[in-house]
Amino acid sequence: MPKTKSLPRGVAVVGAGMSKFGAFPEKNSRDLFVEAFKEMTKSVDKGLDPSVVESLYIGNFSSDQFEHQAHIAPILTDAVGLLPRPAVRVEDACASGGAALRQGVMAIASGMYDVVLVGGAEKMTALNTAQVTEALAAAADVPFEISAGFTFPGFYAAMASAYMHRYGMKSEHLMNVAIKNHDNASHNPYAQFSVTIQKWMEGRIAAAIKKGKPAPTWFTIWDFLHDEAGNPTVAWPLRLFDCSPVTDGAAAVLLVAEERMREFTDHPIHIIGSGQASDSALHDRPELTAIPAAKIAANQAFEMAGVTAKDIRIAEVHDCFTIAEVIASEDIGFFAPGEGFKAAEDGVTARNGAKPINTSGGLKAKGHPVGASGVAQAVEVFKQMRGQAGERQVTGDVPVALTHNVGATGSTCVVHVYERRN
Amino acid sequence: MEIPRHWRLKKQRYGLVGEVCPHCDAKIFPPRDVCPNCGDEAKELYTFSGKGEVYSYTTIYEAPAGYDTNAPYTVAIVKLEEGPMVTAQLTDVDNDRVEIGMPVEMVTRKMRNDGDERGLIVYGYKFRPR
Repeated sequence: MPKTKSLPRGVAVVGAGMSKFGAFPEKNSRDLFVEAFKEMTKSVDKGLDPSVVESLYIGNFSSDQFEHQAHIAPILTDAVGLLPRPAVRVEDACASGGAALRQGVMAIASGMYDVVLVGGAEKMTALNTAQVTEALAAAADVPFEISAGFTFPGFYAAMASAYMHRYGMKSEHLMNVAIKNHDNASHNPYAQFSVTIQKWMEGRIAAAIKKGKPAPTWFTIWDFLHDEAGNPTVAWPLRLFDCSPVTDGAAAVLLVAEERMREFTDHPIHIIGSGQASDSALHDRPELTAIPAAKIAANQAFEMAGVTAKDIRIAEVHDCFTIAEVIASEDIGFFAPGEGFKAAEDGVTARNGAKPINTSGGLKAKGHPVGASGVAQAVEVFKQMRGQAGERQVTGDVPVALTHNVGATGSTCVVHVYERRN
Repeated sequence: MEIPRHWRLKKQRYGLVGEVCPHCDAKIFPPRDVCPNCGDEAKELYTFSGKGEVYSYTTIYEAPAGYDTNAPYTVAIVKLEEGPMVTAQLTDVDNDRVEIGMPVEMVTRKMRNDGDERGLIVYGYKFRPR
């Protein structure tokens, strides 16, 4: 494999923002992207004159399927008043956002541009669940995986059953991930589900009573999570609360060359490592209990950054399913193989734990507008590293952080490492 | 999928025909003409025995369009005796009887009804216990 090189020029994030994530019948991807752009603009400490932006890279998986609107990059560029800047749509399935971020980093590192807007947007809820499932399935190997009747929950469920068989994990262990991420999202006003599972359960009981139906007998969230009526099986062993939702949303970050960062802020966040790798369909992998491309991407990013997993204070990882967070926590080197589910159970990955993961609520509870997710991870890291994450701010310093974004079952993985120097 | 795409896949779908690499002897499925093991050209056809074992599996409750009448059904990643793994549905077995390591063999079955589009019924490989 080619040797990892260092960035020829430093890159800093000086602004980051996201739209509210959720299901918004009244909004399309343009409206969502404008919202994210405005939030990003507000976050630039010394103000942003938009005319300084030189180029755009926009993560989007499939506006053609979701909105019947292709060629989305110039359309979103027009929506935020940045014509005639060059704009490219970057598509790597659910890693589209992370891949767009990497394109932005390379555009600045190369010396081609000094100021780049990286965005991500996806409008998914105009289709029904079966149609969304079919649209997402196009990211797998259609003739040789999807034709068997597999779905994305199914792929991750097959990874979960392999993991359970190998390491003795029970499906209950995965619920710890969902409980934690909903708890984090309950402190994130931009999340699709700003609600703990406890509150969710209470809401279901109250709704049943209001309708005059028999109230479910759930005394604890564990009763609720074990009950098919509360938490139906989607693809065994994964249930509804193991799956990220269908979401509308957008995110935006402003990248600049380090030599110009002081024009924008005195508190920049540096991107010091970037890694990306590709892989085959799931059935062509040597193992299902890890995502090899994620390990490669993480190692590239660590090598470029000159850090190790020990140096990472927090991580936003791609928890499209609860098992994906467990595997990610091992692939990025936080825990040894087979130890990730125990760390989740022991609270190590909680906000106040030693290795907080997905303080934003993750894809699970913050929401997963697929092309925006990788960019929204960078938004969370930017806020946490600058001490601006409000109620969900982790205690102590966050000098180094990581984002991990996966496309499909790991056919694409993108990892970035961030540093705060003052 | 369009009818010509199904037609082009008939050797693989009905006969489990893959390739063998003339350079490193790797058995390849699905066929791709370039050996994933050594990177050389590999266009020699190879018919798999159809025997293997369940490497991992899941039971699908929320099925995609065209498969929903069968749900819940079990899909697996099957490790063939010759080495490669294939993604396939299991048949002739109760969902709760499937385990990792279970020996299985290939059979030809109806895969899905494309009736809402063109009335096409798609056949292909599934695996059953042996």
